Amino acid sequence: MRLSKAWLVASRDFKIFRHQKNIWYSVIVFPILISVLFPAVLEFAGQRSRGLLTVANLPNLLNSFSFFIVIGAAFIPLGIASYSIVGEKVEKSLEPLLATPLTDGEILLGKAISALLPALVAMYAGATVFMVGVDAVTFGELGYTYFPNWTFAVLLLIVVPVAALMSVLYSVIVSSRVNDVRSANGSGILIFFPFLAIYFASEINLISLDITGLLIIAGILFAIDIALYFVGTAAFQREEILTKWK
Amino acid sequence: MATSNQEIIELIDTDSLTKKFGDLTAVDNLTLHVDDGEVFGFLGPNGAGKTTTIRMLCCLISKTSGNATIGGYEIGKKADSLKIRKIIGLVPDNVGLTEHMTAYDNLDFYGKIFDCTDAERKANIKRFLDMLGLWEKRNVLAGAFSKGMKQKLAVARALIHDPQILFLDEPTANLDPESAKTVRDFILELKKEKKTIFLNTHNLYEAQRICDRIGILNTQLRATGTPADLEQKVRGRKTVITLAQINNKILSAVKKLSLKNLTSEGNQVSFDVTDPDKENGAVVEAIVLAGGHVNTVNVVGSTLEDVYLQIVRESA
Repeated sequence: MRLSKAWLVASRDFKIFRHQKNIWYSVIVFPILISVLFPAVLEFAGQRSRGLLTVANLPNLLNSFSFFIVIGAAFIPLGIASYSIVGEKVEKSLEPLLATPLTDGEILLGKAISALLPALVAMYAGATVFMVGVDAVTFGELGYTYFPNWTFAVLLLIVVPVAALMSVLYSVIVSSRVNDVRSANGSGILIFFPFLAIYFASEINLISLDITGLLIIAGILFAIDIALYFVGTAAFQREEILTKWK
Repeated sequence: MATSNQEIIELIDTDSLTKKFGDLTAVDNLTLHVDDGEVFGFLGPNGAGKTTTIRMLCCLISKTSGNATIGGYEIGKKADSLKIRKIIGLVPDNVGLTEHMTAYDNLDFYGKIFDCTDAERKANIKRFLDMLGLWEKRNVLAGAFSKGMKQKLAVARALIHDPQILFLDEPTANLDPESAKTVRDFILELKKEKKTIFLNTHNLYEAQRICDRIGILNTQLRATGTPADLEQKVRGRKTVITLAQINNKILSAVKKLSLKNLTSEGNQVSFDVTDPDKENGAVVEAIVLAGGHVNTVNVVGSTLEDVYLQIVRESA
């Protein structure tokens, strides 16, 4: 596996994405929503009803809000990976690429990088603004800056990458079965359900989004990543692509 | 890699190569060889296995049985697959350009994949885009190109790393006559440079004009040879002599020559010939000596189209 070749494939995808407004929107909208909306909601709620946001309940609420960064990390690569693989299918540009000395693994890794990197950069940028915004809004109530903290570090540095990777691998599998980007996105939307389930479970205190809880979630997601990797690499093979992909 | 006394190198060599998809046999016991610098045309109807053959030879799909070597490397051997893909260029039946990239960037990307240096990439991109009349359009997105321009760009892409063997899968299919001619002329230019080319085509005129040898495939390889060989192999050639008038003296003089399939109808006599340049002179001389007056001498033969149709119908 030559990383330089995988990077070449990713670089080409980045060039293509420059012309794709839909991809830009999908990369930008979610981080902006998270970074602006949640501090605004806190500010608004705090002003409307004093006593709603207290030192006791704010940490749990902020941890729950933080989890939307994980959901965003799963959402953004979905659109990019779907476009990048289904787009190649539509343009029939995979066959000449497969006839080069690139290995299947290098092409797949390149596709993964091109979907993961923008998603991680966007979500980390959004998370930074989110931290600053939330701290600014909650400092008065808490008396200290809630972010950054170790829980958030685990969420950003461990849970977010494994969630994004899961989305990419799932997209590869979905993309091998469909012929247009819309169908890929439609099928890909299923990836949200486990994340929404985690969020709602945390809201009703079934699970806790503290460091232990996040590490368990990351472990489960990582195990799913490994399973999806094997299914994805089996689907992403020259002969499969040329003879069995729809 | 096989060599003969004349140092002819077989770049493509297959032995009983077979591909099955489940119960369907797409290519059956294909045995052929293509020499270095040769242009080999593969003719056959839709579903004959032409694209499957190219895909096997380019290590895109696996073989079911048999053997094949490309430049001495064995297909189906994992270690050799990458080496084979380094020495070949492929223009698939769907050109598959990256439509949101410029013509220049499309070629540059493939040059990088093949580890061409900056200087090589720049020189080759300029050379091929110039030859194909696309240099002025180098900064235009490939998606904005016409079908013919895309096809030309795909040919340039396959050549960017100066491959030893070029595989072309119906490169002029669905092109307007002018674009098809440009692509065809370009292939002829490559032929002059002694590039080894394996050409899948439906176009008999194209095959006849471009190819040194032709193979007719319909799941199995039905015939191979030069276009002239094939024409002769199936039906041979016939000389038709038109006279001012025919009489018994002339006919008996001609019959004495023991010509194959001699027939006479009206003022014409016709017979099969192997080498018209050598054989017709004696016949004309006999007719003139018998007092005949020869108006015209024509050599007619089966065309490649006749040959192709006969072989394909027989194998159907």
